[in-house]
Amino acid sequence: MQVFEATTSPRGAGDSGSPRDNVRRRFIQVLLGGGLLASAASFIYPVLRYLIPPAATDMGGDTVVAARVGELKPNTAKIFRFGSRPGLLILGADGEYRAMSATCTHLSCTVQYRSDLKQVWCACHNGTYDLAGRNVSGPPPRPLELFDVHVQGEEIVVRRKREA
Amino acid sequence: MSAFALVKDWLDERFGWAELTKPLRKKTVPMHRLSYWYFLGGITLFLFVIQVCTGILLLLYYRPSANEAFESVQYITTQVQFGWLVRSIHSWSANLMILTAFAHMFSVLFLKAYRKPRELTWITGALLLFLAMGFGFSGYLLPWNTLAFFATKVGTEVAGQVPIVGQWIVIFLRGGEDVTGATLTRFFGFHVAVLPGITTLLLGVHILLVQRFGISVPPSVEEQWKRDPSAAREMKFFPNFALREMIAWYIALGVLGALAALSPWGLGAKADPFVPAPAGIKPEWYFLFMFQTLKLIPAKIWFIDGDLLGVLGFGLAGAVWVLLPFVEGLKWRLARVFVTGLGVFALAYIVSMTIYGYVAK
Repeated sequence: MQVFEATTSPRGAGDSGSPRDNVRRRFIQVLLGGGLLASAASFIYPVLRYLIPPAATDMGGDTVVAARVGELKPNTAKIFRFGSRPGLLILGADGEYRAMSATCTHLSCTVQYRSDLKQVWCACHNGTYDLAGRNVSGPPPRPLELFDVHVQGEEIVVRRKREA
Repeated sequence: MSAFALVKDWLDERFGWAELTKPLRKKTVPMHRLSYWYFLGGITLFLFVIQVCTGILLLLYYRPSANEAFESVQYITTQVQFGWLVRSIHSWSANLMILTAFAHMFSVLFLKAYRKPRELTWITGALLLFLAMGFGFSGYLLPWNTLAFFATKVGTEVAGQVPIVGQWIVIFLRGGEDVTGATLTRFFGFHVAVLPGITTLLLGVHILLVQRFGISVPPSVEEQWKRDPSAAREMKFFPNFALREMIAWYIALGVLGALAALSPWGLGAKADPFVPAPAGIKPEWYFLFMFQTLKLIPAKIWFIDGDLLGVLGFGLAGAVWVLLPFVEGLKWRLARVFVTGLGVFALAYIVSMTIYGYVAK
């Protein structure tokens, strides 16, 4: 039985071929390798683009009704839905409404209002913020984003602050 | 020493790489005028790998619930960058894979490659084809569009014709009495977990058996080689055959890419159980020959239900098909001719019924 040897390099790796043959072989190798690289790139590029999700459209806009008048007692708070993220509406002991993002600036847990401390507190790593959203103790690196609050009739409307 | 050689040596010292790949380097493939048929199995494997890769990509965005499935596929095809291409490749590759699997099976049958000692290779292969059809059936429902909804309704209803356990099978497949969101969740589970698991295992056995016994030489060529041993030809598996196989894969990839890009897979309308089935509804082409047969069988033959007869017939045919290699082993003068004859008949039946199913209103 005849077994055909590899025909890809008939003269072996040592290559005793003429320089002309070598140039030809090199040309073929570059052509093949380049073609393979080009096809690999044409697979990888769409896959990489596919892996990155399209930017989510922020639902809900800039304004939301967070609560109704009389819903909160003084020195309490509630979490409301602001687009796809939570917001925190506080009715202070002084009777004033304040609203801020409820996403902790440390590692994105949802914060809560502590009536006993009169502060905003994050349970995950014991971070605290004051009623103006400033980070006062613990790991949070930045203040919470503050929102504008308006009472319109019976509704308490929260609005994202306009960039000045 | 080149970096590649260094890594190779390192691996060789750790777990005997050279020893492991020795059989591959010694392996040869018979060379004759029918050798081209040997590529079909490899192409099917290649398309399966593409199915796994694109399937994983689709999983990143797909949501398997009645309320979200259609919208998530819509999102993939319209919002995600190249999402339409990934989905289109998945659908086209699925169809091509079934086509090459059928072609592979019939080529093995006509080249008589199923003979002793390769019976188990045939059986695992036949089971793999059934699994591939299961993949097709379960995957078809996942976009949750009207066609898929009714195809699943009809397909699972047919399973209900099986005597005694039929009703149980229907409820098992549907996750309830009807095709609902529960069915979608189930089919999703079958499609991405159950079937891939079983398929990977069987495929491993199938390929291992092919490696173990090498590639069969058809009887006609074998006889010729026996008469004239100098005519016998073999090719090294690596690199000669492997490189040829690569070219075949590359061509398959080209065909697949062209089909997926030039004829992207559609999505249709979202499934609605309270809308009548659209006219001219048909299953995927690889179920068409069975569908058409069931349509042609009269409602009653004597006192037996026509559909029941059809389902039993196909069940029996499938079982005979899986066990075909053993017919050849029977001490029966016509056994060899019988197997080839059955193969010709099956091929003719499938092709003509499929065409009939396409043309029929």
